[in-house]
Amino acid sequence: MDWKQLWEILSAPDNVPIIAMIPLLAFYIYLAWKQAHANDVLIEQLAGDAALAKTHHRKAWPFKPGWAKEVHVWPFLLRIEFLAAIIVTIILMVWSITLNAPLEEPANPNLTMNPAKAPWYFLGLQEMLVYFDPWIAGVVMPTLIIFGLMVIPYIDTNPLGAGYYTWKQRKFAIGTFLFGFIILWVSMIFIGTFIRGPGWQWFWPGQTWDHNRLIYEVNRDLPDLFGITSNWGKGIFGAAVVGGFFAIGGMLVHAFFRRHNAKDFKRMSLLQYSIMMTFFLTMIGLPIKMLLRLLFHIKYVWITPWFNV
Amino acid sequence: MPEEKTPNGKNGKSAGLVERLKAGVKEDLESLKTELPAKAKEQVEILKKPTKTQVYTSIFRHKHDDTPRNRALGVLSNVFLHLHPAKINRDAVRYSYTWGMGGITFYLFIVLTLTGVMLMFYYHPSKVQAFRDVLYLEHDVPFGKLLRNMHRWAAHLMVIAVELHMFRVFLTGSYKKPREFNWNVGVILLVLTLLLSFTGYLLPDDQLGFWAVTVGTNMARATPLLGHEGPFGQQLGMTPYNDVRFGLLGGSIVDANALLRSYIWHCIGIPIIASIFMVLHFWRVRKDGGISGPAPVVLDSEVKEAKK
Repeated sequence: MDWKQLWEILSAPDNVPIIAMIPLLAFYIYLAWKQAHANDVLIEQLAGDAALAKTHHRKAWPFKPGWAKEVHVWPFLLRIEFLAAIIVTIILMVWSITLNAPLEEPANPNLTMNPAKAPWYFLGLQEMLVYFDPWIAGVVMPTLIIFGLMVIPYIDTNPLGAGYYTWKQRKFAIGTFLFGFIILWVSMIFIGTFIRGPGWQWFWPGQTWDHNRLIYEVNRDLPDLFGITSNWGKGIFGAAVVGGFFAIGGMLVHAFFRRHNAKDFKRMSLLQYSIMMTFFLTMIGLPIKMLLRLLFHIKYVWITPWFNV
Repeated sequence: MPEEKTPNGKNGKSAGLVERLKAGVKEDLESLKTELPAKAKEQVEILKKPTKTQVYTSIFRHKHDDTPRNRALGVLSNVFLHLHPAKINRDAVRYSYTWGMGGITFYLFIVLTLTGVMLMFYYHPSKVQAFRDVLYLEHDVPFGKLLRNMHRWAAHLMVIAVELHMFRVFLTGSYKKPREFNWNVGVILLVLTLLLSFTGYLLPDDQLGFWAVTVGTNMARATPLLGHEGPFGQQLGMTPYNDVRFGLLGGSIVDANALLRSYIWHCIGIPIIASIFMVLHFWRVRKDGGISGPAPVVLDSEVKEAKK
C-alpha cells in the first residue's frame, strides 16, 4: 500500500471537488430518497382509502387547515436566498484561503504530461476512449448525451410524479436516469481521476504509479474470434452483430416495457417509443462494450475501412 | 449736488449704506440664532424617519411599513427581486425540496463574473505574457492568489451545483408539462457551463491546461465528416489545416491563436450566450407557473387518459 501515492492523488487541488462530491451526492440522494419514500407511503395510503383521498392535503408534510397556502417572498424566500449566498461565500472564502489553485510548469509541447487528463468533468468521456474510438467517445457520445437529455421531457409520457419526489410512480424513468448519472457519468469520473495512472493504465487506489509498467494484453477483434478474415466479411459480420444487439435488445426491452409500464407504452406514440428505445439501447451498449473489453479483451466488434466500433 | 434725504439715513448715501448693512447683519445674526436651530431640529426630526426623505422616496417607490401590500411591493417594484412572484406556495420555500441549487449556480456565476473581471485586469492572452501574469498575480498582486483561487473553486463548485440542480429537477419530475422547453434551455446552460470551465482551463498556459486542452481538442480530429481523422473525413477533403479542430484552435496545434480564442470565448463569447439563455431560463420558470412544487401527490387512478 503506497500511502504517499494515495495522498498525492486525493489531495491534488483539482481533485478536491470530486472528493467533495461524494458526501454531497450521498446527502442529496438520501434527502431525495427520504421524501420519495414518505410520498410513496402516502400514495399507497390514499390509494387504499378513497374517503381520505378526497380530503387529504396530499403532501407528506404537516398541514393545518388554518395555515395560509402561500407566504410572502419577502421575507420568507429572500432570507433563505440571502443566507445561501452568505454560506456559499464563506465556503468559497475558506476554500480559497486554505487551498491554492494548481499551477504547473509553463506549457511545453515537447514534454507530454503522463497521464494527460482532461478537466475532471470530462474524465468520463476520456475513460470512454479506452473502449471506443475517438469519434464515438469524443464526438458522438457527447452529442447523444445532450440530445438524450433534451428529448427526455418529450418521451416521458408518464403524467405522475410532476412536482414531488416519488420512486414507485416513476421506477423506469428514475432508474434509467440514476444509471446514466451515477454509474455512467459520476463513477466514470471517479475511475478517470483516482484509478487511471500513467499510460492511462489501471492502478488500484494506493498502488504506486509505475511509469515503466508494461501490461501484456492482446486485444482481439470479434470477427477474428470467428475466423473471419476478408474485409467484406468483417463489415457484414459487424453490422449483423450491432444490428442484432439492437434487434434482440430491443425485443427484450419491449417485452419488459409493455408488461411493466403498460400505461406508458399505451400513451407513447411510435416516434416517442422508437426514440426512447434508440437512446436506451445505446446507453445499455456502453457497459456491454466495456465488459467485452475488460473480460474478453475484445477491441472492435464492427470493422469497416472507414470506421470501427 | 444738493443734499437729499434718503430713506436710509440722514448722512447721505454712504451713511445709509452702513446703516443698512448693520441692520442686515443684525437680522442675519438673529436668523442664525433662531431660524437655523429650528431648521436643525426639523432636520433631526426628518432624519428620524429616513423613509420619508426625498432621496428615499425617489429610490423606493413604496412605504417601508410592515404590511402585506408593502411586502409585495418590495419584491415587485425592485428590478433585482421582481424575478420572484410576490407570494409563493408555503412548501416551496422548503430547502429539502429545491436544494437551492439553481439559485446557488446563478450566485456562483455572479461571483465568477466579478472575480473574472478583476483577473482580466492582470492578464494578457499572449504566449509571452500569460504564464508570467499568473505568477505575478500569485506573488505580487495584493490578494491576487485569493482572487485566482476563488475563481477556480467557484468554477468547480458551479459545475457541481449545475449537475445537482439537474438531478433534483429530474427526480421531482419538474421537466414534465408545461416545463419541457425550459428543461431544454437548462441542458444548453449545462453544456455552456462545461464549455466556460473548459475554455478557462487553458488560460494559465501551464502544463495542466495545455495538455487537458490538447487531449480535449484532439477528439475534434475524429469528428465524423468534419475531422481529418474521423470517419469519412479524408474522403471529404479534411486535413489538419482545414478541419473543425483547426477552426476551434485557430491552428493545427494548441498555440497562441488557441490561447486568444479560448480567452475570447471564455471572457466574452460564452458569458454573453449563457446570459441570454439564463434570462430565458428564469423568465420561463415564471411563465411556466413558478417552480414545479412541492405539488400534491397524484394517484394513478386519477390520471385521465387523453382520447386518441
